[in-house]
Amino acid sequence: MSTKPVGVIGEITDVNLTMKIAEKLRDAGFRNWDIHTPYPVHGLDKAMGIKRSILTYISFAGLLGGLTSAVGLQFWTGAVDYKLNIGGKGFFDWQFSIPIDFELSILGTAIFTVMGLFHLCRIPTWYNKYQDDESFKKATDDVFVVTIDADDDRFSATETASMLTKLGVGNVHLVHATAN
Amino acid sequence: MTVVQEQERLQAMAHGDEPVREDLVLGNPTMRDVTARIASIVESKITMKYLATLSVTGAMAAWGLFALYYTITTGIGVWGLNNPIGWGWDITNFVFWIGIGHAGTLISAILFLFRQKWRTAINRSAEAMTIFAVICALTMVLSHTGRPWLFYWLLPYPNQMAMWVNFRSPLMWDVFAVNTYFTVSALFWFVGLIPDLATLRNYVKSPIAKKVYGVLSLGWTGSTRSWHHYEIAYLILAGISTPLVLSVHSVVSFDFTVGILPGWHTTIFPPYFVAGAIFSGFAMVMTLLVITREILDLKQFITLKHFENMNKIMLATGMMVGYAYILEFFIAWYSGSDWERWIFINRAFGDYAWAYWTMFICNVVSPQVFWFKSARRNIPLMFVISIFINIGMWFERFTIIATTLHHDFLPASWGYYSPTWVEISIFIGTFGIFLSLFLLFAKFVPVIAIAEIKSIMPGAQPTHHHDHDGDAH
Repeated sequence: MSTKPVGVIGEITDVNLTMKIAEKLRDAGFRNWDIHTPYPVHGLDKAMGIKRSILTYISFAGLLGGLTSAVGLQFWTGAVDYKLNIGGKGFFDWQFSIPIDFELSILGTAIFTVMGLFHLCRIPTWYNKYQDDESFKKATDDVFVVTIDADDDRFSATETASMLTKLGVGNVHLVHATAN
Repeated sequence: MTVVQEQERLQAMAHGDEPVREDLVLGNPTMRDVTARIASIVESKITMKYLATLSVTGAMAAWGLFALYYTITTGIGVWGLNNPIGWGWDITNFVFWIGIGHAGTLISAILFLFRQKWRTAINRSAEAMTIFAVICALTMVLSHTGRPWLFYWLLPYPNQMAMWVNFRSPLMWDVFAVNTYFTVSALFWFVGLIPDLATLRNYVKSPIAKKVYGVLSLGWTGSTRSWHHYEIAYLILAGISTPLVLSVHSVVSFDFTVGILPGWHTTIFPPYFVAGAIFSGFAMVMTLLVITREILDLKQFITLKHFENMNKIMLATGMMVGYAYILEFFIAWYSGSDWERWIFINRAFGDYAWAYWTMFICNVVSPQVFWFKSARRNIPLMFVISIFINIGMWFERFTIIATTLHHDFLPASWGYYSPTWVEISIFIGTFGIFLSLFLLFAKFVPVIAIAEIKSIMPGAQPTHHHDHDGDAH
């Protein structure tokens, strides 16, 4: 194939070895690489050197947004826009607003969490440069799949592949872009 | 499992990392077996047995929808409601279905926060059940408004009358609680499904199925960078679903407690309703799983240990409900209010005594067999008990609604309520909708959380993870 490779891919079957390889690749200074696993492996994100997720802040913003809109809605409709005296109850009181304040805070958090998750994971994306590779498909079954992208500064078509093999990764091979 | 993995597992146990427990997945399958086993349900041909069952539940749903059509086009006068009994089977069914949903959220959220690994085999189906149950509840509550095509009047939207909804009403709180519950449950369920849909996308052969699962899985690759965010998202969703599930049935109980009628105006209702909801929900999960496990042959994943744990929860929540039943009587007496006292005596010995004692025997007496381990692991017995609890919990809601309403403050207006064929048909119809949706789910969606099952299998997690490797190079 004359096209330039998009990256190198390899398979690992043992979870402890995966952890070790992750640490080594992290220490080697790679940036555009990943390990695809069928289930979340405890501590692998740390071994890969992934920074703390900012998702909690996004969720918290959702909570504040939900709470503010709940209080604002109930206050403005009841005590500002159209005052209705119902059984002598207050036009707005924090006590009766609690159930809706609570529910909308939860709703806001949930929606922001899911939207934030989608954004951070870059989904939906119905294309992946490795998608036609047979090894890559095993990542949703029982194999830990390492990928190092060709756009990484330290990537070299020959050396990176042999380095992975030396580390104990199996079936290491270059992946070329599919002709579309 | 290889010998090495087995040794590692025993080592981990010896170090106290993992207590020695009954296996959650039987038969030592490999991860590939797990994928193949669960994906094969989706891949296998649709059997005649499946189609026959689906047509029965579909017919039930169709019959219910016809009754609903008749109600909507004629008016709720076709129901057995009268003055003074303005709430009957409609609200009973609404509370019943909302309650059913609660076990799903409990299993998926609360047991997740408590790190109960056994939840992984049953959470997917329990969450699906939650969503379908809430759909049934929404059907009931919308139809009882009489003019369901004006449902949007329940929402605060700017309109030509320049009027707003009344946020001081618990019925309004209910609108927000139930809609939030439905949305959050659906999001939680879908987020949980994404990795498994990706597994199916890569597994199935049929090009159409591949396309459908491919679109639904949103391009999930199992990237650790994604899992990293995913796990936090899942934790947050579990964390907010926990107070949510407690709030939803509390808000439902406000529909009664904020009213000033004897028998409804009690402070015990919110916790009592929540315990009852979880109780009834677990009973429904049990009923469905006993059947699903048998038909789809999931004995490997849904084991007697799962059932035993669920029976323990049913015993505990059943006792809470029983305690609430008895405490209500004490408080009615202790309140010194004649009306309160009378309504409770009437509840147990009046016109609806048959409903009260059906409830009491089904909910309080029948789960007591679960004190015995042999009963907790006896599948035919637990199936029967779970049906009893389903019946008992329905009667609990009916008792609360009917006994309080049928004898109000003015003896001249006392009445009695029986449902008409229309109400009964709608209730049957909700069961049809619920079961049809569950059948479709069990066939086309991974019925067991594949990724989660894999993550708790022996040898799935690193035995020790130091931040750096000591013997490097």
